[in-house]
Amino acid sequence: MDALRRTGVTIRKAGPGDAVAGVTPRLVALPETTGEVAALLRVSAEHDLAVVPAGEGTKLGWGAPPERCDLLIDTCCLTLDGRSTVEHAPGDLVVRVSAGVPAATLASLPGPSGLRQELALDTPLPGGTVGGTLATAIAGPRRLRYGTARDLLIGATVVLADGTIATSGGRVVKNVAGYDLGKLFCGSYGTLGVITEAIFRLHPVPTARRWIVATLPSPAAPGAGGGPDATAGPRALVAGLVTGLASSQAEPSAIELDWPAPHGDLTLAVLVEGRAAEERALPLRDLIGGHILGDGAHVSDRPPPWWNTLPGEEVLLELRFPPAEAGDALRAVAARGLPARVRGSVASGVLHVAPPPALGGPELSAFVSSVRDDLGRLGGGVIVLAVPPEPGRTVERWGPVGALPLMRRIKERFDPGRRMSPGRFAGGI
Amino acid sequence: MPAQTLDEPIRRFREFLGPGSVITDPVRLRTYECDGLTHHRAVPAVVVLPESAEQVAAVVRVCDEHGVPFVARGAGTGLSGGALPRTDGVLIVTSRMRRILSVDLANRRAVVEPGVTNLAITEAVRDQGYYYAPDPSSQQVCSIGGNVAENSGGAHCLKHGFTVNHVLALEIVTPQGEIVELSAADPGYDLLGAFIGSEGTLGIATKVTVRLTRAPRNVTTLLAAFDGVERGGQAVSAIIGGGILPSAIEMMDALAIEAAEAAVACSYPEGAGAVLIVELDGPVEEVAHELGEVTRICRESGAFALRTAADPAERAAVWKGRKSAFAAVGRISPAYIVQDGVVPRTALPEVLASIDRLSREHGIRVANVFHAGDGNLHPLVLFDDREPGAGERAELVSGRILDLCVEYGGSITGEHGVGVDKSRYMTKMFSDDDLDTMQLVRCAFDPRGLSNPGKVFPTPRLCGEVPGVRRGVHPLVESGRAEQF
Repeated sequence: MDALRRTGVTIRKAGPGDAVAGVTPRLVALPETTGEVAALLRVSAEHDLAVVPAGEGTKLGWGAPPERCDLLIDTCCLTLDGRSTVEHAPGDLVVRVSAGVPAATLASLPGPSGLRQELALDTPLPGGTVGGTLATAIAGPRRLRYGTARDLLIGATVVLADGTIATSGGRVVKNVAGYDLGKLFCGSYGTLGVITEAIFRLHPVPTARRWIVATLPSPAAPGAGGGPDATAGPRALVAGLVTGLASSQAEPSAIELDWPAPHGDLTLAVLVEGRAAEERALPLRDLIGGHILGDGAHVSDRPPPWWNTLPGEEVLLELRFPPAEAGDALRAVAARGLPARVRGSVASGVLHVAPPPALGGPELSAFVSSVRDDLGRLGGGVIVLAVPPEPGRTVERWGPVGALPLMRRIKERFDPGRRMSPGRFAGGI
Repeated sequence: MPAQTLDEPIRRFREFLGPGSVITDPVRLRTYECDGLTHHRAVPAVVVLPESAEQVAAVVRVCDEHGVPFVARGAGTGLSGGALPRTDGVLIVTSRMRRILSVDLANRRAVVEPGVTNLAITEAVRDQGYYYAPDPSSQQVCSIGGNVAENSGGAHCLKHGFTVNHVLALEIVTPQGEIVELSAADPGYDLLGAFIGSEGTLGIATKVTVRLTRAPRNVTTLLAAFDGVERGGQAVSAIIGGGILPSAIEMMDALAIEAAEAAVACSYPEGAGAVLIVELDGPVEEVAHELGEVTRICRESGAFALRTAADPAERAAVWKGRKSAFAAVGRISPAYIVQDGVVPRTALPEVLASIDRLSREHGIRVANVFHAGDGNLHPLVLFDDREPGAGERAELVSGRILDLCVEYGGSITGEHGVGVDKSRYMTKMFSDDDLDTMQLVRCAFDPRGLSNPGKVFPTPRLCGEVPGVRRGVHPLVESGRAEQF
């Protein structure tokens, strides 16, 4: 404690509100510079303190609870060189930010001639920071067109477990000098070190946006024909539509799905962005209309209310699958008859599933392993992002991770003392 | 390493690859002595031509067992000596691994072996209306495995991104001979992203799952002629500042135009001190609007001639001069160095002026051809290799250009890679701590340092070594550049 105080960094005692997935740290530090983070980590190394970095805490419950947690490093007060938190170079379409900045801050920055610029990365949890977005590799609807954080990140500064400050990339988009450490830290769940700064490429904010929204019959309900595989028709409808929309030359930016309950209808929403969004929405509307009966699809200048949100918070799974298998992926969720809500970026092969929060450990485990088996057969997988402590004890969060042995070796090199968020990721990493 | 220590590995290679896939004949070995950067040469001790991931893994395991360094090579078109062989090592050539294993249009992906050429992927799906987006200028011959190693870009990466944005998964052989899959769909560290662009130092890609992109409905190319690069540069800034993201913006200066005209008679507007090629792609309505804007901006920035190409033949004519530029300078200079550096787009005018000053100070002509949209310069430093001292002066100018790139907050390489050519410049961009941290990644993948040793990093520490206490100031901070941003 004294040694930490001697760093000059603001330190306070932790309370229950600081708990990380149910584990309360002893102390919380509020560093203001990358140098201060390095000082904290050097002291932590000397005293064998386990450290967890945290931003706003919107996703701090994701991942397994840390095996131990002495010090929480709160990135709230981090600055660039002790001054500002955002340095925007509009002429270069680049922004450098502190890790503690809410990612939503970068959704609209002033550009030249009155135009706006944005980090084209939707963040489904409002308030989530840049650091947390990178560490959990979370992304929203427009991943279809712009990719995820790793595709937009062009430079990063991180502090390793021993206090070493390392920078990679830079402030130019085109750059192949050296290894891309920033990418390595994407999805790292705080287990490799603390991300303190990030540099992103920006995009011009599109002049117009249109959403094409349509209701589809449940892919878990029998189609009109009946027969031994009665849901084949509705499943093929989803898969066919997703494939058709994703390959449209109208170039949609996002293709999202919301399915509140397995036997109810599902909603498909497609986003087009650009000066000619209105005109481009029409062929997409007609494409959907050609597939479905009833009212067809309608075009709106507003997103549906569920757009860029997660289907639940307490229990949350992430499904990955080849997008053309969307119908079968949905059936896998419905197969156990649980009222789970499904939402996400169907054309990118990423869906989030919220099973009922009251589910007990055994039921949840059975559900996860059943969906995981089915998705495994489709060439996909399932991870459990959020789960309450009790069922969390028994549920297998990550499933098979092909490169786990290599990830372990990376962890051993970066954090040989296992002090950075120990145990939060797969295989005890 | 004395040659005889390779006797046993070579015997083993012949055993499991067959004698026809193991080259030790000195004459044939010389074919492989360099890649596209021809002034670095080294004849490998042995070349192997595996046909499968299992064979690559078996070769690598033998290398690991005997402590023999190995280098992977695709088509050998790299421009930084990344595939320069080791005289004491094995060169693993992927030219017999060139099958397209599957094309899955419904999921917009294809799985290919590393020796498949970049363009072959596009050719396999073009008729169905798809293509593979990264398009390095060597795309007709360069291999996708090499693209993965170098994180290759191309003229159109301004809008469409690099190899790392278009590879969904890799099967790799680690430097210890394990076959591992790295996938964008896996949770955890983005090892796929770290591997791509690691220049063969983390292992060898044996299968590549690429994203296929739907061909745009419309592609329109505009050629604009200006009296000089300054006005052309203004147009570039105004286009980007105007919220338009073309798929490519290329610029050539007067000397580069002169060379291209001499070589391929591309008939660019007479009297042009600079030409700008702006390519727009996407839905028809968007392209039409953007074309109007770009045309207006070019006129306002002083373009005195504008040409629009809307079909493939016209487009090829506009690109002809640009694509020939590197080779074309051979017409106006006996020897030249191709440089590759990046500056923030807004620094282009100042950096071009500084290059011009350098050129005059040292009496060395520099032709500028560059991807203006992303600030990626390709200065061609011209000299007469028969003139005493000219080569050294050209090297000096070429190096000073990289210094300029770093000074302005850019990079020492935008797409050609570090390889052997630029490892000595890495310390200008990165601190010892940065490089030591990168070395941790290297050690995790390749603890014995056998995979393409001597590339990318200047004299790395051995994996067991503990860094000394060094709290030096970052070179960018020391020079005040980190604050400048």
